[in-house]
Amino acid sequence: METMNLTGKAIQLDADGHLANRNDWNEDMARELAAQEGIPELTPQHWAVINFMRKVFEKEGDAPSIRRLTKESGVDTKTLYQLFPKGPAKRAAKIAGLPKPKGCI
Amino acid sequence: MTQTNTAEPIQKVSIIVSHGSLEGVYPGLIMANGARMEGIEASLFFTFFGLDAIIKKRMNSLKVATVGNPGMHMPTLLGALPGMSAFATSMMRKEIEKLDIPPIGEFITMIHDAGCEIYACRATVDMFHLKREDFCDEMDEVISVGQFYEKATGAQIIFT
Repeated sequence: METMNLTGKAIQLDADGHLANRNDWNEDMARELAAQEGIPELTPQHWAVINFMRKVFEKEGDAPSIRRLTKESGVDTKTLYQLFPKGPAKRAAKIAGLPKPKGCI
Repeated sequence: MTQTNTAEPIQKVSIIVSHGSLEGVYPGLIMANGARMEGIEASLFFTFFGLDAIIKKRMNSLKVATVGNPGMHMPTLLGALPGMSAFATSMMRKEIEKLDIPPIGEFITMIHDAGCEIYACRATVDMFHLKREDFCDEMDEVISVGQFYEKATGAQIIFT
């Protein structure tokens, strides 16, 4: 299994390059992961998305769909794509320390 | 991963939607939305009956084809009975909603907000004598096949 140096520790990654254990995750790690994705600063809106994704994942075992994300996190579609320009689903999940979302929507 | 992938990842897709049935329109929309979700540039080109998906008065009343559709596993005569298409359509809409896939109108807005460009085919627009006001606001431009290819430079073209 691949590892990556994050917040000064060797952290295990899954096959998609996301954290293998979501319990390794913390907010400083999110900032480092975001920087790797070309997001220099996590704004309160980024955090709203990240925290919502983590909450849904804890409860349901998969990240929410984009539709649900926009309806329930209070961040609309346009903003979501501005926050995560390289693709909100995968990138936000990665920064949130979650596996790649399974759904198609 | 079992194979090493040395090919470049897909950067851009141009998706053509040519059918106007519910099952003819959804795949293209799902692929366009999925592309944007992955950070892939996407555009949608609606042609022939596919245009119904971006015509204001029609986009939210597309139906499942119950006749001439072997995938329905239903004898053609049965599929032709009054109400059969409406029934199949309402069943499919319910299942689609369960998967959190929006109705066509909402989906088009969502895809457009996601940064996907939406085009209508010039030849079809002329053939059916359609005007700008017939289309939903998300329709960016009526373009010719030539313009479509120009805009699709560097893209994978997907025909549905």
